[in-house]
Amino acid sequence: MDPMLRAQEVRFRYDPETPDYAVDGVSLTVGKGEFVAVLGANGCGKSTLAKHFNAILLPESGAVFVEDIDTRDESRLYDVRQKAGMVFQNPDNQIVATIVEEDVAFALENLGVPTDEMRTRVDDAMKMTGIYDYREKAPHKLSGGQKQRVAIAGVIAMRPDCLILDEATAMLDPRGRKAVMDTIRQLRAAGISIVSITHYMEEAAQADRVLVMSHGRIVMEGTPEQVFSQTRRLQSYHLDVPQAAELRDELAAAGLPLPEEVITPEACAQALYDLLK
Amino acid sequence: MLRDITIGQHFPGHSVLHRCDPRLKLIGVIAYIIVLFVASNPLGITLSLAMLVLLYRVAQIPLKLILKSLKPIVPLIVFTAVLNLFFVSGEGEPLWQFWVLRVYREGVNYAVLMATRVIALIAGTSLLTYTTSPIVLTDAIESLLRPLQKLHFPVHELAMMMTIALRFIPTLIDETEKIMNAQKARGAKLDNGKFTERIRALIPILIPLFISAFRRADELAMAMECRCYHGGEGRTRLKVLRFGRLDILCAAALTAMLAVILATKFFF
Repeated sequence: MDPMLRAQEVRFRYDPETPDYAVDGVSLTVGKGEFVAVLGANGCGKSTLAKHFNAILLPESGAVFVEDIDTRDESRLYDVRQKAGMVFQNPDNQIVATIVEEDVAFALENLGVPTDEMRTRVDDAMKMTGIYDYREKAPHKLSGGQKQRVAIAGVIAMRPDCLILDEATAMLDPRGRKAVMDTIRQLRAAGISIVSITHYMEEAAQADRVLVMSHGRIVMEGTPEQVFSQTRRLQSYHLDVPQAAELRDELAAAGLPLPEEVITPEACAQALYDLLK
Repeated sequence: MLRDITIGQHFPGHSVLHRCDPRLKLIGVIAYIIVLFVASNPLGITLSLAMLVLLYRVAQIPLKLILKSLKPIVPLIVFTAVLNLFFVSGEGEPLWQFWVLRVYREGVNYAVLMATRVIALIAGTSLLTYTTSPIVLTDAIESLLRPLQKLHFPVHELAMMMTIALRFIPTLIDETEKIMNAQKARGAKLDNGKFTERIRALIPILIPLFISAFRRADELAMAMECRCYHGGEGRTRLKVLRFGRLDILCAAALTAMLAVILATKFFF
């Protein structure tokens, strides 16, 4: 798998006077088309790390590459931002224009895309994220989940190779969250790499790979099954465990022979079915 | 309660006036104001009122809306009318006299003329905001001011600021409502008390509102940077204003009407 994003020994602190690094020596590679979830308690440096991937922040030492572009290369800043699009937590604070389709077009207007091509790219992005029906509405009339999909469409219109979601579902209600997750799944199927910073274990469970951060470092890494089956260790990093994994742990502690890697409700149900058969 | 506030009351519609180029409408209103001042004779003012009535009919906007938009400036109209009534002196016998106050026929004429002119002015400019949404108006202003860019006038920045302001008005109104409810839940009394007390009660609403607005601005700036925003240079637009056949016809009609009104100047 070709690398999409690469971080090499990245260190960063917000205040150079203090010895506390927000990101303290992180190395990681995200492959093309891969879906990586980053977990961690508040203040563990996961959002700071995310902002390195599209040159909002530059590493104090170490380096970050998007495909082969060094994010410190100022002459290629807009290439970096166009390849690695970023979506933030609060949809209200990301939408610039007063009409949905104009907001989706904002990035393309900035990049100087000709009007005809812009029209098709905006329409494609709106269809991909399922907001085409609201294209002429004012953003403040939409629900949270719809607004966040407008924000995603605004990034997708740039045709990025990678989408970085910085807690993009944190402010949404369960229905909005589901709509956004469905959209993300579709984008991934279209071959876009996804880096999702999240608090929700259920979302992370859908990823190809899960990273756990604590105090600016990556402390756990693996497939969702590998990571979530280590319930004790996750709890020591102040993280929740998926309910299914918690149930498996309790049952295993009570003496039932359940397999290790049970993290989704479906897998848990199957394991119990096999056991009771 | 706060939700009802609208800025620049816009009445969506599909009339000719709604559809024609906002730049034409903007220039038309400016021309109308100039004509109103140049041809300020009884016939000219009457004709410009007739023109307004016609345009309101075409735009299918009820005339009583004019009254609504006039309400806040009634004191101003009355004030100027009264001043003109007493201070314009004329020849011949005064119509009415008391102590140092004298009212002449010319004064009455002039007062009525002035009041009508202000009403026509307000009604004419309101027609622009009734038929044009603020966003489209912003585009028109940006497009019309573009030549000033050569003189390093920040045209794009100005338009961007207006767009963002329009975008955030509903968001901040929602936020104000939330903060008001939160402070009420903590026992703040917002609706009663003396004037000074009520002003003081606004402080715990304004401070959180400002802090949150700054935070929003910060995040918005970052989100804009992420979408490659770098000022107006080399920017293209999704929607480009086009001056079509309809606009040529409108421009011709408008010019004809204004020319007739202007011509009255030479008959008086």
